[in-house]
Amino acid sequence: MSDASTRSGPGRILVAVYAVFALAATARSSVQIGTDFDNAPLAYSLSAVAAAIYILATVALARGGWARPLAWAACTAEAVGVFTVGTLSIVASDHFPDATVWSVYGQGYGYVPAVLPFLGLAWLWRTREGHAG
Amino acid sequence: MTEPLAYLLFGLAAVVAVWAGALTVLNRRVDNPLFYAAAVVEVALVATMVGGFIALATTDRDVDGVTFSGYLLTIVLILPIGVAWGASEKTRWGTGVVVIAALVVMVLSWRLLQIWQGTSV
Repeated sequence: MSDASTRSGPGRILVAVYAVFALAATARSSVQIGTDFDNAPLAYSLSAVAAAIYILATVALARGGWARPLAWAACTAEAVGVFTVGTLSIVASDHFPDATVWSVYGQGYGYVPAVLPFLGLAWLWRTREGHAG
Repeated sequence: MTEPLAYLLFGLAAVVAVWAGALTVLNRRVDNPLFYAAAVVEVALVATMVGGFIALATTDRDVDGVTFSGYLLTIVLILPIGVAWGASEKTRWGTGVVVIAALVVMVLSWRLLQIWQGTSV
């Protein structure tokens, strides 16, 4: 049975926003790693991790059904990641000479990265099985 | 990638964003007029992409070619994908997806100008 709940209604917008960040993070980390990885290996590696998490979250939220646990995991990892990297980028700024998606809690992206994982988790909670919505 | 062109793209995308935003508030689905408006913006974006690649190939200034090309390719993909994803949701939320797509085009057109002018990495 196909479960469309996570991509229906408001979920339609959520998946779209996740797709935008998947694209932005992937493109940014690809350029960073491809051009001057040695400049900031930690920051650029975390940038790539962020990209992978956004891709996973986008696909899992769009898929729903069996992929829901993956969506939970991706959104949780994203919440942990944005606050860990956000804090690191402030207290250990030497290792973050160039901005990433999660630097300073997503400052370069209007702080959307700091809010998005909680919208994702809230949406997964609202569309959980046995819940009318 | 001149300033007037960037402002034109920004303005066209803004019209679509506001229009789609109004339809979202009014609880309306993606309709034909909005679709055609997005199509007009898309034509302008494709023309910008072609012109942008020509400008990049012929300029003697030092422009970040990889990033600029990436933005040119991305900016023409956003609206078709956004409208397709939005129109297949038969509620106001589908229209909201068009708002997001138009906002992204606005940001990208702004960034395109910055990259072309070399004012931001």
